[in-house]
Amino acid sequence: MAITPAAYDEMNGLAGQIAASPAYAEIQRWLAATPQEELARKRGEAEHLFRRIGITFAVYGEGGDPERLIPFDIIPRIMAQAEWQRLATGLTQRVKALNAFLADVYGSQEIIRAGKIPKALVLENEALRPIMAGFKPPGGIYTHISGIDLVRTGPDKFYVLEDNCRTPSGVSYMLENREAMLRLFPRLCHRHRIAPVSRYPEELLTTLKEAAPPNCPGEPNVVLLTPGPFNSAYYEHCFLADEMGIEVVEGGDLVVQDKRVFMRTTAGPKRVDVIYRRIDDEFLDPTVFREDSLVGVPGLMGAYLAGNVALANAPGGGIADDKAIYPYVPDMVRFYLGEEPLIANVPTYLCERDDDRKYVLEHLDELVVKLCKGSGGYGMLVGPHATAAERADFAARIRARPADYIAQPTLALSTCPTLVDRGVAPRHVDLRPFVLSGKEVRIVPGGLTRVALRDGSLVVNSSQGGGTKDTWVLEGEGPLEAMPETQTQSQEQR
Amino acid sequence: MLSRTADCLFWLARYMERAGNIARGLEVASRMASVAGDEAGEEEVWRSLLVAAGCDEGFFEKQDRATQDKVVHWLVFDQENNSAIASCLAAARSNARSVRTALTVAMWSSLNDTWNELRAKSVEAIEGEKLPGFLEWIRERVLLFNGAAHDTMLRDEAWRFVHLGTMLERADCTARLLDVRHEILAPETDGAVAHAQWQALLRSVSAGRAYQWVYRDRLQPRKIAELLILRPELPRSLMACHSEVAKTLEAIAKGQGGRSGECHRLAGEMQAKLNFGRIDSILSGGLHEFLTELIEHTGRLGTEIEAFYIRA
Repeated sequence: MAITPAAYDEMNGLAGQIAASPAYAEIQRWLAATPQEELARKRGEAEHLFRRIGITFAVYGEGGDPERLIPFDIIPRIMAQAEWQRLATGLTQRVKALNAFLADVYGSQEIIRAGKIPKALVLENEALRPIMAGFKPPGGIYTHISGIDLVRTGPDKFYVLEDNCRTPSGVSYMLENREAMLRLFPRLCHRHRIAPVSRYPEELLTTLKEAAPPNCPGEPNVVLLTPGPFNSAYYEHCFLADEMGIEVVEGGDLVVQDKRVFMRTTAGPKRVDVIYRRIDDEFLDPTVFREDSLVGVPGLMGAYLAGNVALANAPGGGIADDKAIYPYVPDMVRFYLGEEPLIANVPTYLCERDDDRKYVLEHLDELVVKLCKGSGGYGMLVGPHATAAERADFAARIRARPADYIAQPTLALSTCPTLVDRGVAPRHVDLRPFVLSGKEVRIVPGGLTRVALRDGSLVVNSSQGGGTKDTWVLEGEGPLEAMPETQTQSQEQR
Repeated sequence: MLSRTADCLFWLARYMERAGNIARGLEVASRMASVAGDEAGEEEVWRSLLVAAGCDEGFFEKQDRATQDKVVHWLVFDQENNSAIASCLAAARSNARSVRTALTVAMWSSLNDTWNELRAKSVEAIEGEKLPGFLEWIRERVLLFNGAAHDTMLRDEAWRFVHLGTMLERADCTARLLDVRHEILAPETDGAVAHAQWQALLRSVSAGRAYQWVYRDRLQPRKIAELLILRPELPRSLMACHSEVAKTLEAIAKGQGGRSGECHRLAGEMQAKLNFGRIDSILSGGLHEFLTELIEHTGRLGTEIEAFYIRA
C-alpha cells in the first residue's frame, strides 16, 4: 500500500519545512493549559446542547434512530484575515465564472463555439436542462447560493475540490457551530476577535429578494420549498426559514393558476414571488420533469418561464458543477472574465479520454477515483487506502463505463488539531464556504469545516463518519494574548 | 398562515385532547368495572366506553367480547386503532414535526418527551395494577402540553387554531360520553347502582367535586345533565366548549378583516342553542335526540372549518 505523503498541519505546520501558524498561537496556549478531562467535559456539554436544540439530520431506511447528530469537534479551525481575503476574492471570481457559464450554456453557447469545452460533454450531459434554453432569469443569476468545497495542502495552497450549484446544504451547521462555541467558550472567542457569521440569513434573504422577477409588485413574498420532514436536511430548511421569517412550504401548499404561483393560506391564496427551493430539479414539476414526483408543484416551470416567479437556484445549474465539467472551470474563468484563476483546480483525469484512462489504470494505487454522478462520498475509490481486489474491481468498472469516472491525485489534505478518544490529534479537513450571488456577491467569512474523524481518513462526509468544526476567520492581525488571570485560572483547574 | 400549518395545529391539538380523553375514559371505566358486581354489567361498561370513543366497530371486527384486557390494549397500544392513545400521540407528534417552527419550544419538548417515553414502554407497563399509574401519567402529560400552549404561545392565528382543535374535540368527547350514558340520566332513575354510575360520569369529565361546588346537593340526574350541558362554569361542559369554539372562530375572522363562512354561522347557532336552552325542555324532548343532533352538528362544524380555512 502506498503511503500518504506527510500532511501540512494548519496549527503546527510541517516538521522541518513549514513553521507553526501565528494565527493558532492562542489555541496552542489554550490546548496546553486545558486538562484533557476539561476538554472531554466540554465536548459532552456541546453534544447535550445540539441534542436539545434538535440539530439533527434524518437518516431513514438504515435502522436505528432516524434523527441523528453530526459529531461536533470543539477545537476551532483558525484562519487569518489575509488568508481569508485571498480565498474570498478567489471564490467570488469562481462563482462569477460559473454564473457566466450557465448564462452562456442556456444562451448563445459561445464557449462551445470557441472550442474551449467539448460540445458533446455539455449537450449530452444529463444535468443539462434543455427547457432552460433561451430563458434568462432575473439579473442573469443562475446559482444564487453556491457551496464551494475547498481543500488545502500548504499555507497558501488551496484547491477547489468540487462546486455545488444545485441545492448545497450545511450552512445551518456553520451558524449553529458558532452559537455553540460562543456558549461553551465565551472568553476564548472574545480573545480571538472572530468575524461574525450570524448575518448569513439576512444576506440570504437580501439575495433572494434581489432575485424577484421584474414584474413583482412591491415587497416580494419569499418562501422556502422543502421536500418535507423526511428529507435529511429538513432541520436546516426550518432553521433558515425561521431565521429569515419566511414560510416553509411543501409542494402541496403551492398551486399554479394562470402561470402564477400562490400558496394556500387560511385567508385564501397568496401570491408567491421567490422560491428558495431545496428540492432537486427532477422533482420540481411533474408536468415537466419526473412524472412520479410527489413533492413538486404541477405547472411551476410554466410560471417560472413566464417570468412570474423566481427559483433559486435556477433549474439546470447542475451542468456547472458536474464532475466531468469541473476540469474546464479554470478555462471558464479565463474565457468569461479574462483573468487567471485565483484558486486552482485539483488536476483531474477524465477516464473518457484515452490518454487519461491509460494513466489512471496504471496509477490506481496513487489516485482517487470518483463516479461523476456520485455524491456524499459514495462510489469512490481512495487508491492508496484500497485493497488490490478493490482496485481491480474499479479498473473493471472504469473499462466498462469510462465516461462515468474521473480521477485525481491523492492530495495530502491539511490537518487540524481535533479532540479524539486518545487526546488531541491531527485530522484531515476540508472547507465549504457559502457564496451568495445577487446584485453583488456576498460571502460571510468562514464556512463549514468538515473533519474526517477516523485516523488517516480523507473522507469528510457526514455519511462516512465525518464531523464538523467551527471555522474562525480572525478580524485583526491575530489573536489577543490571554489575560494573566485566565492563565492562572486554567492552572488552578489542574 | 399556511393552510397546512393551520391544519397541522388544529389536528395536533385534537389528537392531544383525544389521548387525554381516552385516558380519562379508561380510568373511569376500570373503576366502574370494579364496582359493577356481575360480569354482564362489567362487559357493558367496557362496551359503552368503546362506543363513546367512537371505535367500537373496529374492535368488534377483531373481538367477540369486550373484556378489560382486550379493550385496554385496543385503546392504548393497538396500531390498527386510530384513536388508541399511542396512535393519537404519534399523530400529534407527526403533525407537530411538520410545523415545528409554529410551535414553542415548551410545547415541542412536552410532546416529544411524552412520545419518546411512551415509545420505550412495553405492553407490560400497563398490565394489571400498573394501569391507573399509566393513565394518570398520560393525563398529566396532556395537561402539561395544554399548559405549555396556553402559557407560551403568541396569541395569533396559530394559537387560535390550536385552541379551536382542543375545544372542538372536547365538545365532541363530552357529548359522546353523555350520550352512551343517557339512560342513567332519565328522571326516574335511582338506587345505589345508578348513584355509582352518576359519580363515574361526573369523574369522566373531571367534575366530581365541581358538582358539589355548584349545587351543594345530592346527586340528581337532572342537575348532572344541566351541569354537563348548560353550565358555563364547568370547563368541559358543552356550553363552555362551544362558546370557546364560537369565540375563537370569531377571533380568526376578525384577524382576517371579517371574512367568514358557514362554519361561523353554524358555531353561532350551536352556541345560541346552548346559551338559551333550558334543561327541562331538553330532557322532555329527549336527551338522546338532543345529543345525537349536537354530535352530528359538531362533526359538520369540523368539516366546515376545514372547508373554509384549509381545503379552500
